[in-house]
Amino acid sequence: MTHSANALKARRHGAYIAFVLHRVSGLLLSAFLPLHFLALSQALNGEAALDAFLNWADNPLVKLSEVGLVVMLSLHLGCGLRVMALEALGWTVWQKNMVAIAFGGSVVVGTIFLLQVF
Amino acid sequence: MSPQHSAYLWLAQRVTALVLAACVIVHLITMIIAVQGGLTAGEILARTQGSIAWLLFYSVFVVAIVVHAPIGLRNIAREHLRWAKGADIAAVLFGLLLLVLGFRAVWGVFS
Amino acid sequence: MTDLRVSVWRGDESGDQEYFDVPRKENQTILDVVTYIQRNLDPTLSYRYACRVGMCGSCAMSVNGVARWTCRTHVDKVCDTDELELRPLDNFPVVKDLVCDMQTFFNKQKKAGGAFQGSKSRDDGLAIIKPDSKGRMAVDKAIECIGCGVCYASCDIIKWNPDYLGPAALNRAWTLVEDERDTRRVDRLRAVSGDAGCHACHTQMSCTQRCPKLLSPTHSISGLKREVTRAALKGEI
Repeated sequence: MTHSANALKARRHGAYIAFVLHRVSGLLLSAFLPLHFLALSQALNGEAALDAFLNWADNPLVKLSEVGLVVMLSLHLGCGLRVMALEALGWTVWQKNMVAIAFGGSVVVGTIFLLQVF
Repeated sequence: MSPQHSAYLWLAQRVTALVLAACVIVHLITMIIAVQGGLTAGEILARTQGSIAWLLFYSVFVVAIVVHAPIGLRNIAREHLRWAKGADIAAVLFGLLLLVLGFRAVWGVFS
Repeated sequence: MTDLRVSVWRGDESGDQEYFDVPRKENQTILDVVTYIQRNLDPTLSYRYACRVGMCGSCAMSVNGVARWTCRTHVDKVCDTDELELRPLDNFPVVKDLVCDMQTFFNKQKKAGGAFQGSKSRDDGLAIIKPDSKGRMAVDKAIECIGCGVCYASCDIIKWNPDYLGPAALNRAWTLVEDERDTRRVDRLRAVSGDAGCHACHTQMSCTQRCPKLLSPTHSISGLKREVTRAALKGEI
């Protein structure tokens, strides 16, 4: 195996993966937030303006990205709770379970949202 | 960054994280209920317009985000882009942007 | 058994991987492999070891991308194939081949207030620390660190923020913060804060994952995060 393949493999453990998911989801959510706020403030221009936006957003591609964002949000929540359980409560042995719960929970929330939105 | 400041940043991010944890759970549930049968402006506004409870909820949500997100982005800018002072400035500016846009949106769906 | 195809870092900061074929044996350790290369294939190969039995911590290097004590690592345990990649520890400057420069690592322990400072002299008699006292229990594992550098080599925060004190230095500081005999608490809490201090840790836990003594620097660093923040709120630092 090459050096980079080995380096990647060395990072394949629960807490590191949780860190990466936490960071990537945080970055994506930060990028999305201004757009989210802008969209909602369409309501300042009246109900029709907000509806115009919602109609535009009513297509499979946008809906799929929404599912992605919902998964990012719940992933960020789950991974964040892992960090706090570790830092504040010292739950070092529980880490693997926390990662699994964060991941599993996000898949469940994402699936429910997916089923509702389509 | 001085000893106190790094500690305050860490604490501020954790305290807002606790607030956000509660807000996000409410938000996720609300979204899943709201998207059932499609999303319309009338439906959203019927829930939020004139509702002091939702106004307060979304205000707390926005304030917590304004504190929480820039601290994380500052870390990303420092660690992956190797920004130093620039990371502080960018984080504050992004926080202000979120503050303005966030409250515009909150006011938009309330008024 | 087939031969091992061993790729070994040659050079200092700049250099390249060199390949050696080493006969595979039963119960062979990574240290056996490098020793074989040096004795039979290339006497100019540099590497570091002393005790050979997992006590001194001087033989650590990167084995297939993972920092390990080579004397305590069996080839069977780390090789699914016949390939073995050996490099000097990550995050350390390279002196030559598999030997790295530990100076920054130990300087950071000093910087983090790693030196004990008591209030008593040799005439005062021994201090009694109750084994079941809260402070002693909190550092029961952490005091076993022997400073091998495996955690430091495994930590990505050091890659991204080279001033970061790192798991070993912070773990050492934590053992002294919880030491009731020590008198430098506030100085130390100040030393382990700031952008290069304990709050820079993002709990990736590679240090804890890799520690050959099964310690948890992440746990120690979390303790520091809380103590430093408490001291900042009280206006002590």
